[in-house]
Amino acid sequence: MTPPDDTGAGGRPVRAPGTRRLMEHRLFWPAAVLAALLVGNVVFTHDFLAVRVQNGHLYGSLIDILQFGAPLILVSLGMTLVIATRGIDLSVGSTVAIAGALACEHIATAKDPGSLSTVLSAIALAVGVAAAIGLLNGFLVARLGVQPIIATLVLMVAGRGVAQLITDGQIISVSSSAYKMIGGGYWLTLPFAVLLAAALVAVTSLVTRRTALGLLIESVGGNPVASRLVGIRAVGLLVMVYVVSAVCAAVAGLMISSNVSSADGNNAGLWIELDAILAVVIGGTALTGGRFSLGGTVLGALIIQTLSTTIYTLGVPPETTLVFKALVVIVVCLVQSPAFRARLSRRRRTAAPDPASAAGDLTARRQEVHP
Amino acid sequence: MSTTLTKPLHRFSARHAARLPLMVTATLLVAMFSIGSVQYEGFFSAQVLLNVLIDNGFLLVVAIGMTFVVLTGGIDLSVGSMVALSTMLTAWLVEQNGLPLALAVPVVLLVGAGGGALMGWVIHAFEIQPFIVTLAGMFLGRGLCYMISTESISLTDPTTTRIAQTRVLLPGGLFVSPAVIIALVVLALAFVVLHHTRFGRTVYALGGNESSARLMGLPVGRTKVAVYAVSGLCSALGGLLLTFYMLSGYALHAVGMELDAIAAAVIGGTLLTGGSGFVLGTALGVTVLGLIQTIISFQGTLSSWWTRIVIGGLLFVFILLQRLFGGSRQAE
Repeated sequence: MTPPDDTGAGGRPVRAPGTRRLMEHRLFWPAAVLAALLVGNVVFTHDFLAVRVQNGHLYGSLIDILQFGAPLILVSLGMTLVIATRGIDLSVGSTVAIAGALACEHIATAKDPGSLSTVLSAIALAVGVAAAIGLLNGFLVARLGVQPIIATLVLMVAGRGVAQLITDGQIISVSSSAYKMIGGGYWLTLPFAVLLAAALVAVTSLVTRRTALGLLIESVGGNPVASRLVGIRAVGLLVMVYVVSAVCAAVAGLMISSNVSSADGNNAGLWIELDAILAVVIGGTALTGGRFSLGGTVLGALIIQTLSTTIYTLGVPPETTLVFKALVVIVVCLVQSPAFRARLSRRRRTAAPDPASAAGDLTARRQEVHP
Repeated sequence: MSTTLTKPLHRFSARHAARLPLMVTATLLVAMFSIGSVQYEGFFSAQVLLNVLIDNGFLLVVAIGMTFVVLTGGIDLSVGSMVALSTMLTAWLVEQNGLPLALAVPVVLLVGAGGGALMGWVIHAFEIQPFIVTLAGMFLGRGLCYMISTESISLTDPTTTRIAQTRVLLPGGLFVSPAVIIALVVLALAFVVLHHTRFGRTVYALGGNESSARLMGLPVGRTKVAVYAVSGLCSALGGLLLTFYMLSGYALHAVGMELDAIAAAVIGGTLLTGGSGFVLGTALGVTVLGLIQTIISFQGTLSSWWTRIVIGGLLFVFILLQRLFGGSRQAE
């Protein structure tokens, strides 16, 4: 086999080496899709990219996307680590609801709803309970070996009941300026939620990429048996990722309930698990585990949020976005599936009459890239 | 050396392990019914039990489909939204398009079976995990409901209401709804198919060990597609029964029914890893879930969301049971 060069049939240059390297970067496609979505929006809404300063705050569609996308970024962040271990966490939506319900219930029944100490204890309560939820999921998955879907499905559905129980089936409204800060406040002209999400993403990236932790997670996801044989304590790692996922979901739940100053056990975080899985998968993290990209996940979450915003601006009924998202999940999973790629390239090869033609050459090269 | 000694013991406990959850379930059922009879006035009657079936006939049908999928080691998270889509589609076709019910029913069943088969094909042909495909199916189903209408569509069609109000009288002044009869017929069919046909044996073999099944020359792909089609068909039929029960189509019908169906199968003794289980156990599981609802409604002071929490808790307990007593199977 000759090594693949940059010339196609007849010695014509196919792509400049730089361009090809850029296109093979794992973040290229998510970034390209995001850029295309933004450009598409500019075509429909001319001042889409405009960001203006008002009362010392930044305003504009881009800022909105970041602010409303912050909870999704957080949930997807935790989900990425879980998926990297070959797991899945379906309970994040319920955790979002439970966290918001707990915090709002605590603030609403407190003597001084506006004080910082009330809000801090509400946050501590929500995050603490979420950590317990994560421990439960992790225990089921890591210690008992229950499939992650089943283990987390229990709380996906029962958790909504718990959230309803906390709020007594009502929508609890709170008026606390300190609490409002988390999801609706501004700091240094930027929405606080965006800064919080950025900080948590940065911390997670540092911890997983500057220490061996990320490698260990990938190792457990890639080959659990081999990891155990080299002495990696998979149980602790697995429990940890489920706890991280639940805590991320709890912070997202605080943001969501803080933004609307109320907790709704039934609808808060509804269907966010699909969005999160979608964000992770679009970001290039395979559902089969063993490899993850936090940058890709953030891009994926931004793509989904931009898509939602676009659908709102276009005036399409927002409920129908579920259909688009479901189709995107399937397409992205198909593209990731080796069986699908093999089928596609087989079809392309039979379509090409002459194996030495450019099409055949392309197929051969593709197979070298993705054996 | 110790293996030779423990092997018969292992086999003995393994055989019992399969039936243990079922025995626990039966005991639970008797206990719940006794406690209810002692605690609440008017609880101890055959009609209370029949009402459980009347209120959960659709769940039984859906859970039977789920049992097929779980027996192959797969999972179908789309059943709840498929039920909702069926109610919506029936209401929309009959109420807003004036289609006779006799035509709408086959259309709905076809959509269900076709959707299931499509998911099964994607799962098999492209080797994508069942949960992600059916999760996408779940959201697709709900989204399609909303595309039809975001509002609830009530059914006022005379044929439909007449069927919905029909009571099948039994001796002793007892009665059931036609939905119960249909659900029991489906149960009987599923029993025969799973335990007395080649297809049923393939389902068990596939769940036991897929590569072995393939090496034995069993039609793995066809069976996989078929079980998801069965699950889709059962969900659509369950949706039709729910339409008669609720007399409306709504996108938020049957939210979380996938958990109920999985829970019913698991409580009924079906192993989530596939290969072992009983469809009659699923019927027991549905009865347990229905009795929980009945007790909560008899209690009167408990809110309906307690049902969800209790079902989640029960599922949790039975998963623990499966791991504790099914451990020997994995260790071999």
